[in-house]
Order: sequence, then structure tokens, then C-alpha cells
Amino acid sequence: MKNKRLDLSYAQMKWEAVFRVILRIMSAILIVIIIGVLITLIVESIPSIKSLGIGFLWGKTWDPVSDVYGAYPFLVGTLLTSFTALILSVPFIFAIAIYLGEYNPKGWLSELLKNAIELIAAVPSIIYGFWGLFVLVPVIRTFEAKIGVAPYGVGVFASSLVLAVMIIPYGASLGITLIRMVPSPLKEGAYALGATRFEVIRSVILPYTRSGLFAGILLSLGRALGETMAVTMLIGNTSAIASKFKDVFFGPGNTMASVIANEFTEADHTVYLSALIELGLVLFFVTVVINLIGKRIITKFTNN
Amino acid sequence: MEPRIGLRNTKSNIFKGVIVFFAFVITLPLIIVLLYIIKQGVTQVNWHFLTHVPAPVGETGGGIANALVGSIIIIAMSSIVAIPIGMLAGIYLSENPGTKLAYYSGLCVDILQGVPSIVVGIVVYFWVVKPWVIDLGVVHIKNPFGGSFSAVSGSIALAIMMMPIVIRSTEQTLRLLPPSLKEAALSLGVPYHRVIIKVIIPCGFSGILSGIMLSIARIIGETAPLLFTAFGSPFLSYAIGKPMESLPHLIYTYATSPYDDWHNLAWGASFILLMFVLILNIVTKVITRKWKIQL
Amino acid sequence: MENTIVSASKFNAWFGDNHVVKDVSIGIEKNQVIAVMGPSGCGKTTFLRCINRMHELIPGATAKGSLKLYNDEVYTMNPIYVRYKIGMVFQRPNPFPNLSIYDNVIAGYKLNGLKVAKADQDNIVEKSLTSAALWKEVKDSLHKKGTFLSGGQQQRLCIARAIAMEPEVILFDEPTSALDPISTSSVEQLFHELKANYTLIIVTHNMQQAARVSDKTAFFYMGELVEFDDTKQMFTAPSDVRTQNYITGRFS
Repeated sequence: MKNKRLDLSYAQMKWEAVFRVILRIMSAILIVIIIGVLITLIVESIPSIKSLGIGFLWGKTWDPVSDVYGAYPFLVGTLLTSFTALILSVPFIFAIAIYLGEYNPKGWLSELLKNAIELIAAVPSIIYGFWGLFVLVPVIRTFEAKIGVAPYGVGVFASSLVLAVMIIPYGASLGITLIRMVPSPLKEGAYALGATRFEVIRSVILPYTRSGLFAGILLSLGRALGETMAVTMLIGNTSAIASKFKDVFFGPGNTMASVIANEFTEADHTVYLSALIELGLVLFFVTVVINLIGKRIITKFTNN
Repeated sequence: MEPRIGLRNTKSNIFKGVIVFFAFVITLPLIIVLLYIIKQGVTQVNWHFLTHVPAPVGETGGGIANALVGSIIIIAMSSIVAIPIGMLAGIYLSENPGTKLAYYSGLCVDILQGVPSIVVGIVVYFWVVKPWVIDLGVVHIKNPFGGSFSAVSGSIALAIMMMPIVIRSTEQTLRLLPPSLKEAALSLGVPYHRVIIKVIIPCGFSGILSGIMLSIARIIGETAPLLFTAFGSPFLSYAIGKPMESLPHLIYTYATSPYDDWHNLAWGASFILLMFVLILNIVTKVITRKWKIQL
Repeated sequence: MENTIVSASKFNAWFGDNHVVKDVSIGIEKNQVIAVMGPSGCGKTTFLRCINRMHELIPGATAKGSLKLYNDEVYTMNPIYVRYKIGMVFQRPNPFPNLSIYDNVIAGYKLNGLKVAKADQDNIVEKSLTSAALWKEVKDSLHKKGTFLSGGQQQRLCIARAIAMEPEVILFDEPTSALDPISTSSVEQLFHELKANYTLIIVTHNMQQAARVSDKTAFFYMGELVEFDDTKQMFTAPSDVRTQNYITGRFS
């Protein structure tokens, strides 16, 4: 058995080396994918960049029939829906994070809430869009008629509402983790001085987690920016931009993601397709930068 | 001092009330959406619904068989690609945290997690759907799936989205294992690859499996990456090089159509999709609890 | 010497730039119990882990010099083969939590994919557990996972697991420091029985343990092997003043 064992050991060392190489290759695949994505987006955007130049970004007209392309309506649509969704969602994210992180971290009621939040995240975006289109939009139409705006139903407003609900789970789970990290001695010191729950939250927990919460908001914004399907179904798919703000807000529009989703397969000439890809490139950069900044802040925060 | 304390306490209680209100009121939209989908969809589902393809416009009846089969095939193919790559990359990242490769690879995983799904769809369209040829004289490579939408391209797009989830959950699960586990196996003369495959992975099994199931639950409802890759088809087919329907894509197409019959199909499909997602999530929770190895 | 099983000659080890083991030369004979003692950070554990080449698994860890198993340089041998010949028992008992007691004992075979007939497997398991003085206590629950075993029993399981591979040398890295006194004495009892078939090298923090169980003792201090002698001699009339100071408790 002795020599056989030695032979086996040598064979095993060879397999060990192979395995280690495979591990490295698999990790490298990730890098290859990202580089590939970047290169593809850039290469396919070149026709558009060459013929439209930088003015593309603030061009107000998007008219494929006349071969005029401007990204401004989509920038407005994207930013408006995302920021509105963010603003609407922040109170809820905040409340859930504080409730589950500080007031009631354990117990059957908090488990129930936690599961509900996870469920919100699990529902596919297309289902939110479908429901929104058939249930929410008619309600909004009536609402818009009441407040004296053109009753489209679909539009930035509708998308923002549904988007707000969709980004809550991610922001909330981040918030819960951050709030749980506040060291007990810090809180206990404040309580020992006679502070109420509210005062401890306001003066100890919030300042301590401030940078982390900011990162959480950034990451939620990143999520909102990239969301496609629910927004596509609810935003009304209009590439023109109205002049009055209330028409922009309550009327139909488009985001970068939704215009790509709608028009990609119809883009029949090069510059048209390339312009859409260029939108994708912008979307890629913006979401990546926001995500990386947010994650970096969180890593710094958790390492302290 | 009495009134001041009273006022502060009241403030604190009001604050708590507000917090509790906002925290729980968010479950209302969830309940409304779930109940509505269930109400609209459950009446659509019957055996005929599950075994027939959609009927042409104007005819009633029909079902979602093509989407059901399509989703299963596409997700199976995605999993075959994403799970091994994801697990192996996750193993590397957890075992070699200080290396340059781990740093850049981890960075790319973070980037990939933030990329919008529609962008992944666009890119895979150019990689797999568009016909391309590399002709360098000696080397002549043609895109084997080029020229047509295909289930394969859809699977690749979904696999790219699955990978970060599998990688991070594998990495985090393995990080939690005590180093004494690896040491014990190595000291017995077990080679590194067997230590990982026969000791480390089995001990982290429940964590890794739950990561895999969560990644599947995530992509089962993804529509955007399929819009320009797998596209869709009214036919039930098993041809992976051709367009294939999927549940979320069917819902999108039929929900935005002007026909009531098709709307009904979409509701039924939504119900099925929702049930899949719910069951996957519940099963994941049960497995995590039951199969957790006591360390 | 004919009987020398493990020998080192001007052996050094580093963690990065940190020189932890300095010019150690030692000759260890077969079928003896050798205790290795010294204050924290003296390099005794590092030296031990070089013998079965576990030291190099830590990133940045290096070693230089002669370290032989019989007449073969350990550092030119196949490391997997080295660990097959030289077993190790660790400070905290570490049985595999996903395997049953039975499978833990023959883990060295199973995990390596070595095919052993069922009857032989049963034999090995029984023999090893008996040598580790654990057979009677677990023979009716061999297929249960070992999580219900006490610390001392788990450690004896780890010893059985090492013995099952039929190594020549068994290294012990502070094997009883995580155990209660009763478990400690049951493990110490084992050392005496095991030396008939194996050579034991035991790193210990506990001077009294070294005095109780070993034939010879090595005293390490600040990376150097200060003294290596028969245990009786070492503890009654040590030659080096540093050994004397350590034994009398001037530092620990």
C-alpha cells in the first residue's frame, strides 16, 4: 500500500493544481463579463456618438421617423420617477429600519413584518406593472380628473408610486443592518442620562448611522434607476416632453430603460439603434457609479 | 421638571406610533396586490390552461403551456451555467481574500449586481442573437446562435444575472465556517480540492443551496433580459436555438395587448408565476432551517 | 542514529519577515513521547506544524533548513504523503460535523477516495476507537453524528481519526488545553498506551503535563531550542538557566 499511496499523492497533487486553476478562471470570468459589457456598449454607441455628438444628452426631441434623437426627455423621466420614488419611500424605509432594528428586533410580530417585506421584494416587477396598469391607473385617472390635470392615468406619477413600493425592501434591509450596528454602550449611556426612546434615536442612533443611511439611500436610488418592467408598463411611453411641470409629472413620459424596452426591436436603422444603446451606456455608468460609491461607504462604515 | 418629562415622553410615544404606522402600513399595498392577482388569476387556472398554448385572437380558451415549458427550459439552462461558475468563483473569493484577482473579481460582482437588467439584455443580444463572424485568416469563428432570437441567448442573459447572487451567498456561507474544519481535513492528507468538495461545501450546503434557490426565484420573474434574447413564441417548442416563450414575457405581451381574452391569460400566468416565487421562497426558508449543519 | 524518526538540523521558519523558529536542531527517536514546551510565542507550535507541512498553508509562511522523516527531507517529499505519514490532533477538537462517528474515523480514507472493503472498514473503525479508548462509549451510536459527545470524547475521536491512517508519528498541538480535568487525564492516559505503536510529539503549555506524560522534553524559548533532554533530568537538574527560570515559574 505504501507505494500506491505515494502514487496517489502525486496524482492528487496534479488534480489539486488543476482545481486551483479552475477556481481562478471562474473568478476571472466575472471580470471578462464586465469588460465585455462595457466594450459592447461603447462599440455599439459609436455611430450615435459620432453623428449626434454630445448634444445628444440635452437634445429635447426624440423623433425616430425624422431621424432626430435627443436624450433629454428620458433623463427627465428617469430622474423624476426615481427621485419621486425615493422621496416617497424614505419615510417607510426609515420606519421599518427603526422598528425592526431598534424597537422590536425579535418576536413573532417582527418576524411577520420581516417576511412581508421579503415578500414585497420577491414579487416580480412585471406583476407590479400589470397590477398597476389595471388597478392603480384607473384610480389615478379619477384622481387626476379631480385635481384638474389631463386624466391619462399612466405617467411619471403612476410609475413613481409603484417604484416606491418596489425599492422599499432593499433600503429597509440595509437600514436594519445599519441600525443594529449601533453599539449598545452608546445607547445605554444615553438612557442612563434619562433620555426617552425618541431622543436616543434622534441623538445617538441617527447621527451614528448617518453615513450608512446616506449610502443606503444612494443604493436604493441605484435600484430605482435600473428598474425597467413596472415602469415601462406604467409610464405611458411618450417621448415628448411637456412644458408645464404638472403635465410632465402627471402625464405620460419615458425613462431611459423604458424607451429601450419599447423601441429596441423596432429600431431599423443604425443611428436609431445606436442612440438607444448610448442610452443604455449612460444608464450603465450612472447605476454603476452610484452603486460603487454606496457600497464603498457601507464597507467603510461596517469596518469601523 | 414634571411637565417637561411628560412632554418628552409624549413626544417619544407619538414618534413610536408614527413609526409603527409607517412600518406596517406598507403591508397594505402588498396584500392588495397579492389578493388581486390571486382573485383574477386563480379562476383562469385549470388543466386545459396549463396544457395548451394561447388561442389566436378572437378564439377563447387557450393556455400558457408554451410559457411554462419555456420558462423551465430557459431557467434550467441558466442554472447549469450560473451555478457551477457562481459556486467556484464564490469558493475562490472566500479562500483567497487578499489577492488582486479576488479584489477585481469581487469588484466586478458588485458592479454586475447594479447593472440594470435591460442593459444585460442589450449586451447579450449583440453577443448571441446578432450574427457575427470573426475572420482573421487562420481563425474563423461564427456565432453559432446568431441570426435568430433563441432560448439559449435568454438563458445566458439570465445566467449573468444569477451569478452575483450565487457568488455572494457561497462566499458568505464559506466565510462563516471555522478554519479548523479545513485544517482537520488537510492534516489527514486530503488534497485541497477534496477538502473543498467533500468537507467545506457539504458543511455549507444549506447556505449555498438557499443562495441558489433565491437566485432562481429572482430570475424566474425577470422580463427585461428576455425581451431581445429569448423573445417569445406562440408555439410550444423545445428548440433552444429558436425563440421561446416564458412566463414573464407572456404576461408582458398579453397584458399590454388590447384583447380581454389575452388579459385573462396574463392574469392566470401571473398567478402561476406568483405561486412559483412564493413556493421557492418558502422552500428555501424550510431547507435553510432543516439542513443547517450544527458546527 | 538507527532509531531516529524525526530529525531537524538548523531548521528555520518565518511568518513573512517574522523569524519564529531559529536554527533548531533535534533528533527524536521512535516510540517515544516527546513534550515540547515553552512560553507563548516561543515557536513551539510553529515548529510542530512544520513537521507535517501545515505551516506553509498560511499565506506568507516560509521555512528553510533540514527536517527529516527517517532519512527523507520532509520538504522535498510530497506534502500530501507527508501528512499521511504524520498525523495531527489539534487544540480544539474538530470532528467533521457533517459526518457520523463511524465516518469521522475513516474520514482519512473516505475523503481521499480510497476504496476499502466494508469488513476492513469496520475493522479499522473498531481498532482505532479502541486504541483511542472510545470504542466502548460509542459502539452503539456509530452512525450518529458526534455532536452529542463531550469535549474529551470528541478529542479522542480526533485521535482515533488520526490513528486510523496508521501514521508513523502523531503530532499534538496543545491537545488538552480546551478540555476539563477529567477528559484531560483520559487523553493523557492514552499517550502512554499509544507510544507502543507510534511516536508522539506533544506541544503543551502545561509543565506538569509535560512532566507527567513524556519521555523526553524540548524547551523552546524565543524561537530557539534551548534544551532537549530526558524529562526527569530536565525537571530536576536542567542545564540551561533559561530552562531553570521557566520551570521555577520566573516567566511563563
